[in-house]
Amino acid sequence: MLKSSVERVAEATPHAIAKRMHGLSDRALAWLFVAPSIVLLLAVNIFPLIWTIRLSFTNFRVNRPNAEVEFVGLKNYLNILSDRDIWLTMQATAHFLIWTIVLQVLIGFSLAYLINKKFRGNDLWTTIIVLPMMLSPAVVGNFWTFLYQPQIGLFNYAVGFLTGADPSSFSMIGDVSLAPWAIVIVDTWMWTPFVMLICLAGLRSIPPSIYEAAECDRASKWRQFWTITIPLVLPFLMLAVLFRGIENFKMFDLVVQLTGGGPGSITELTSINLKREAFEKWRTGYASAYAVILFVTVFGLASIYVKALNKVKQR
Amino acid sequence: MTRFFNGLLHLRRGAWEMLASVLIAMGVVMLMQPFALVLYSWSFVITLLGTVMFIIVSHFPE
Repeated sequence: MLKSSVERVAEATPHAIAKRMHGLSDRALAWLFVAPSIVLLLAVNIFPLIWTIRLSFTNFRVNRPNAEVEFVGLKNYLNILSDRDIWLTMQATAHFLIWTIVLQVLIGFSLAYLINKKFRGNDLWTTIIVLPMMLSPAVVGNFWTFLYQPQIGLFNYAVGFLTGADPSSFSMIGDVSLAPWAIVIVDTWMWTPFVMLICLAGLRSIPPSIYEAAECDRASKWRQFWTITIPLVLPFLMLAVLFRGIENFKMFDLVVQLTGGGPGSITELTSINLKREAFEKWRTGYASAYAVILFVTVFGLASIYVKALNKVKQR
Repeated sequence: MTRFFNGLLHLRRGAWEMLASVLIAMGVVMLMQPFALVLYSWSFVITLLGTVMFIIVSHFPE
């Protein structure tokens, strides 16, 4: 008689182990298997979070490990929430966040809509469009610094060619009014393909029969777009916005490589500012409070966003 | 509107989640707005209140 795989495994288990496991219930066994993951999760995620919250109430400085650590209560939080410089970095982050998401969603969805049509070389174009996303942010930041050079930069020449302005008359990363837009352009260039891919998945999941039924009812292309395409792609689009929103709230590497937070501190996003507080000024307690504020903000936003996403999916 | 207030009174998840979401959104807008420092100063308290409320009320009955 043929034995099932479960029976074969049971037979292959050494007698000593089988005897030890014999008295365990299914629930206990399940806990035994899940426990290593839970312990790892607690050690890697939960413990550092609790430790950061604890440090945020102290004046601890990691470069002075032997100095006495004092409990300062809410002082770090009060200092951060009354600091005009940090308020300005929040505004810089808001500018970056809002514009990158708006541009990436508009361009990403438009590209996905075009790529979804059948045409010659469709796959080749998809690969070419997706290329920027595969590059390292450090590499992207470095070569866009060259593209933005007033004397030799290709970007300046392209703008000069299109507008008639002198290419060396403006500096994208050296001008206070242009630098915030310079980082928006680079992030949009790099991450629009990601939004496009998610939208493309959404567009390809729409059954053609729905469009055929709309054609039978003589619905115009415009009407089909607003009543079929947009509602069915919306959950995918919201997912893309969630991913990009969280990522851009934490944006660090690309901007550091491109502008280093300058000129002045006009492109200093919150994560760059936080890194300076923690690892240049070595104010660990203060930086921990700063990190807790950012964490609560992202966590709160993600919570309401996931709720909205579930509602859209249920429709 | 009456339904919303009834939901709050009867501890229903939908109404309370809506209230928590409004608080979080308000807190985030206050954190990043460029108009008044006092709004920025109170933003974290509002966001924290909303987030904690959201976690608690998501266990309320539908």
